[in-house]
Parts: sequence; C-alpha cells; structure tokens
Amino acid sequence: MGKYIFKRFLMMLVTIFIIATLTFFLMHAVPGSPLESDRNTNETVQANLERFYKLDQPLHIQYLSYMQSIVTFDFGPSIKDPNRTVNELLARGFPISFELGIITILVAVVSGIILGTMAALRHNKMIDYAAMAFAVVGISIPNFVLATVLIQQLAVNWNLFPPATWTSPMHMVLPVLALATGPMAIIARLTRSSMLEVLTQDYIKMARAKGIKPMRIVLRHALRNALMPVVTIMGTLLAGILTGTFVIEKIFAIPGMGKYFVDSINNRDYPVIMGTTVFYSAFLIFMLFLVDIVYGILDPRIKLHKKEGDV
Amino acid sequence: MTGKQIAEELARTRLEEGADIDAVDHTGKRGRIVKPKKRKTVTDERILSVQDLHVTFNTYGGTVQAVRGVNFDLYKGETLAIVGESGCGKSVTSNAIMGLIQQPPGKISSKGVHFKTQDLTKLSKKEMRKIQGVDISMIFQDPMTALNPTLTIGEQLTEGVKQHKNLSKAEAKERAIDMLKLVGIPNPDERLKQYPHQFSGGMRQRIVIAIALICEPELLIADEPTTALDVTIQAQILELFEEIQAKTGVSIILITHDLGVVAKIADRIAVMYAGKVIETGDKREIFYNPQHPYTKGLLTSVPRLDLAGGELKPIDGTPPDLFAPPTGCPFAARCPFSMDVCTNVYPEVTALSETHKVDCWLQDPRAQKLIDEQAFAR
Repeated sequence: MGKYIFKRFLMMLVTIFIIATLTFFLMHAVPGSPLESDRNTNETVQANLERFYKLDQPLHIQYLSYMQSIVTFDFGPSIKDPNRTVNELLARGFPISFELGIITILVAVVSGIILGTMAALRHNKMIDYAAMAFAVVGISIPNFVLATVLIQQLAVNWNLFPPATWTSPMHMVLPVLALATGPMAIIARLTRSSMLEVLTQDYIKMARAKGIKPMRIVLRHALRNALMPVVTIMGTLLAGILTGTFVIEKIFAIPGMGKYFVDSINNRDYPVIMGTTVFYSAFLIFMLFLVDIVYGILDPRIKLHKKEGDV
Repeated sequence: MTGKQIAEELARTRLEEGADIDAVDHTGKRGRIVKPKKRKTVTDERILSVQDLHVTFNTYGGTVQAVRGVNFDLYKGETLAIVGESGCGKSVTSNAIMGLIQQPPGKISSKGVHFKTQDLTKLSKKEMRKIQGVDISMIFQDPMTALNPTLTIGEQLTEGVKQHKNLSKAEAKERAIDMLKLVGIPNPDERLKQYPHQFSGGMRQRIVIAIALICEPELLIADEPTTALDVTIQAQILELFEEIQAKTGVSIILITHDLGVVAKIADRIAVMYAGKVIETGDKREIFYNPQHPYTKGLLTSVPRLDLAGGELKPIDGTPPDLFAPPTGCPFAARCPFSMDVCTNVYPEVTALSETHKVDCWLQDPRAQKLIDEQAFAR
C-alpha cells in the first residue's frame, strides 16, 4: 500500500508539472499583458513595471522562475493588487470554495444514491417515474440557469433564503442546491440503472433464498456492488463541480477562489493564474486519488498494489 | 431440528423400517475401489407435497405458462431428480417452491405446496423468510455468480444463522468453520476472511453448499449444481451430496438435464416436459423401463462410449410454444407414436407401480394394438 501511494504521488507530481507547463505557455500565448489598461501609461513607467515583474526577460527565464515559485509554493504578489500575495488569496478563498464544494458533493452523492436506489426498488412505479423525470430535468438545466431561477423564486419572490453571500447555513442552501442538482441527477440515474442490474444477479437471488431481510439485501448485498459505476464517474463529477463553483460563486457573490481565478484570467494576472491553476489541479488530482482508494475499499477484487507473484 | 436430532431420527427410523430397504447401493462401479459408505435412509415421512402447481408469467408478448400442473411428493432422506430439457419449467418449479418468483410478473396457483404441514403458497413474505434458508435451502447453478463478490465468505456463511438462529458472532463463526470442514475446504479459519474471487469454481460451489446447509435444512433444492463445473469437480460435488445426505438425512430435489448425474445420486426421477411432469418413477424404473416416448428419447439421446459407431440420436423437433401450449399431449408433435387422440386430449395418469406413473395414451389398452402393428411393420 505504501509503495502504491508513493508511486501515485510521483505520478501526481508529473501531472502537475505538465499542467503547470501547459498553463504557462497558454497564458503567454494569449494576447495582452497584466500591465495593459485603458489609461495611457508613460512608456518609461511601463518599462519599469515590466522590469519589476521580470516580464521583459526571455520566456524561458520567466518559465524557470515560474517553476521555482511552484516548487517553493510562493507565487509572489498579485500584479493587479500588489498589496496581496497569491498565497494570501488562496488562503482566504480556498476554505470557502472547499466548503461549498464538499457540501455540494455530499449532498449530490447522498441524495443521488438514495433517489436512484428508491427508483430501482420501485421499478416502473410512481416513485421511479417521478425520480427519473426529476433527474432528466436536473441534468438538462445548467447550474447558472437554475441558480438565477432559485434566487428569483426562493429568495426574491418567497423570501425563504438569502439570495447571496456565504455567511450562515441558510446562505448555503441556494448555491449548494444550484450546484448539486446536476451531479445528483447523474448519480441518481446511474445508481438506478446499476442497482436494477445488480438486483437481477444470482447472489441477490441467493440472499433471498437464504431468507435475508430485504433491507439488508439492499444495503449490504446490492448497494455496494451498485455503487461501482458511481465511483467511476465521481472523477468527472468532481471536475464538473469544481468548475461549477466558479460560476456559482460569481452568481451568489461568494468570496471563494473562483472569483480570483476568473478575474485573474481577465486581467492576465500571471502570478494569480499560475497559483490558482496549480492549486486547483493539485486539489483535483488529490481527490481523484481518493476516488481510487474508495474503489479499492468497495471492491475487494481491485488490488491497489501488486503483491509478489500476483498475476 | 439439529444435527443430533436428525441422527437420532435416522437411527429410530432405521430400526422401525428394518434396515435400509430403499437405500441405494453403491456397488457396480467398475474400475475403482469403492469405499464403504454410510448408507442413507429413505423414510416414508412425507416432507414436501406439490399439488397441481401452475406458474405463469405476464410478459409483453403474452402470458407464458411455464409450469402447468405439476404434482410430486418428496420423502425424508430422499433424492428426487427433476429432469428435462431447457425451458421445460424445472427451475421455475423449484423457484416457486422456494418463494423466489416475483409476483408480478409471475403468478402462482396450486392446490397446495405443503412443506410438512404448512402450505407455502399461503405464507406471507415474512413468514416465508423464516423457512427460506432454514428449513428449505437452495443451491444455485453457477457458483461464479452465486456468491457476492464484495462480501467475505465468512459473512455470507454466517449472516443466515445469525439472523435466523440468533447466534452470537463467535457461535456463528464456529458453525461456519464446521460447515467448511464438512464440505471439505482446508484451513477454514483463514478462508472465512477471504472473498469469493480467491476461490476456484469447485471451491465456490462447496461454499455455496455450505451456505445452504448451515441452518440444517430438511430440504435442499439444487438447481443444476454441477452444470457449471468441469467433469472431475462434478464427481466430487456429487459425492459430497451423497456424503451430506448420509450424514444429515436431508431430502434433496435435484434439478438437472444431465442424466449421468441423475444415475449417480437420484432415488426417484420426475421427467418434465413443457411444464408438466410426464413420467415419474424410481431410478431403475425410469432407466430400465421408461414408458413415455419422451423419456425414451431422452435416454437414447445420451451419448454412449460403449457402443460402436456412436452417432448422437437427438429427439427431432422443438418443444411447444408455452405462450399457447397444445391442449393435448405437448410431446405429440415430436412423438413417433403419436395418435389422433394425443393432439387433442391430455392423457390421464397411468400408474404402473406404486412409484412409476406416466402420462401417455400409449398406456391405454386400446393403443396396445397400434404398438404391436408398428413393431410388426419394423
């Protein structure tokens, strides 16, 4: 196990290196620079600024210092807002984004699995149809549309929840709902179909023949097997939720990382782009690693590490 | 009933019956040394009585009449083989007894499926669960799929006894280890912690058998227990069945299409065709004196090594469509002896001996003439 984790860790480093390199060159391929603005700046000032931020140096030198900043995890100050370092932005924004993301994932996974399982157990009955109709709607509506509708109805018209910001649990309801509905619908559909398949398996029939209580058959015998495909798509869903947070944070004025990320790209704020991208990708890669570990826990046939003499 | 009680019961019945009158002897096996075996005892205590069992399934294409009036009895300590080709309703029959038919789409009607004194068809699902796995157990065809890949063998073995007999973890574990020993799995202690994929096919079938036996059932339904195994393992598993039956006195319903298996361990045979039992009898009666043309066809279609120029002799034609089964004898269309009456009226049961019963018009005295004529023509 330790060997496996070490190997995965090395792979993760390689992946982050590739992402960082690609980001760097793409970033510089985009026209414009962080120092451009609507006002006409004095050319000497412009040149001095460029020298200060080392933007006048050849690209490969910039690349090296950029790599150095990643290794030391010190991205320096933001160009647009020189009073703040990138690390400060991350430290302030990440906990909030993380909270939003984790709550969303939990809500999506738990409610998706419950909905899908119930639909499968009541196959071709009212609950099944209702759950699947709901799932289709959930998959079809983009989260930004859902977000605005939720704000209009639940916040403005009915005044049930606050429309924006991130201060109390009540504030979290709408953004989480907007962000979780899509993934939840996908998980529900997947759980339902894989549950239906698992319920026809011989080992379920055998459990019935053993006189095991239906509740235990579903929870202990069926669910674990049915969750395998759900775990498989968790990676994709995580990426979706991550990018979803950018939009949702913007709509609900949540002071997470998404705001800095989007702003930094608009402003070509090189250090912030680098910092957020590398941080986000490292986070996502780590979550994918966790998914793989969960896989191994759910299915004993999947070995994360090869023993001596294994085929 | 505990194992001890079973043993006492066995001893008692032996005394009453005056030794093993009906016991199957294991002599006559050529080319090998026969180990002296414990002899099993068949008693006349009726354990299962199936009367006029019908099972239908509603599908988009119409209603399938999978089982159309099956009757049979099973006695304590006896092995009844239900044989027939694919789709003749043997598995559906066993699932119906076991309470594994989902209703709907399935529908069961009968004049009673009595397990000892209880009518299984009248029990609620909850009451049925107290019998499933406890009094009646089932062994499935494919050991590769019958075990849950995500649970340890130990958990799959013990969950039944824990629920039904309220055993503690330690007691259940002890019981599981005993069972694994009984079915011949070495290192049971270690093995309990392992998952199904760590076992070979034959081992898995032994585990499936152990799971079926752990609550000491009185009736074991084995649905093609050796079909998915290779031949050497088949023989081992069949021997295990005989051994267990001798030890525990369990009654076995063996569903199979393999007449070799039947010849080895069955006491009595019920031949099914198109959802009906067309002939029953004890092993000798069916093998040496088959009366129904279908049974005869079935027996001659078995490939034989001892006859030269061995060409397979299949039964021509296909079984009838069970969406609209014929009113007469379902075998009439394939039967070389079919008469006008066969296609129109289902034959009544003819009892040739106390055990040997056949549903065939050829048993009618009026048909005898026809048979003689045909024999003459040949």
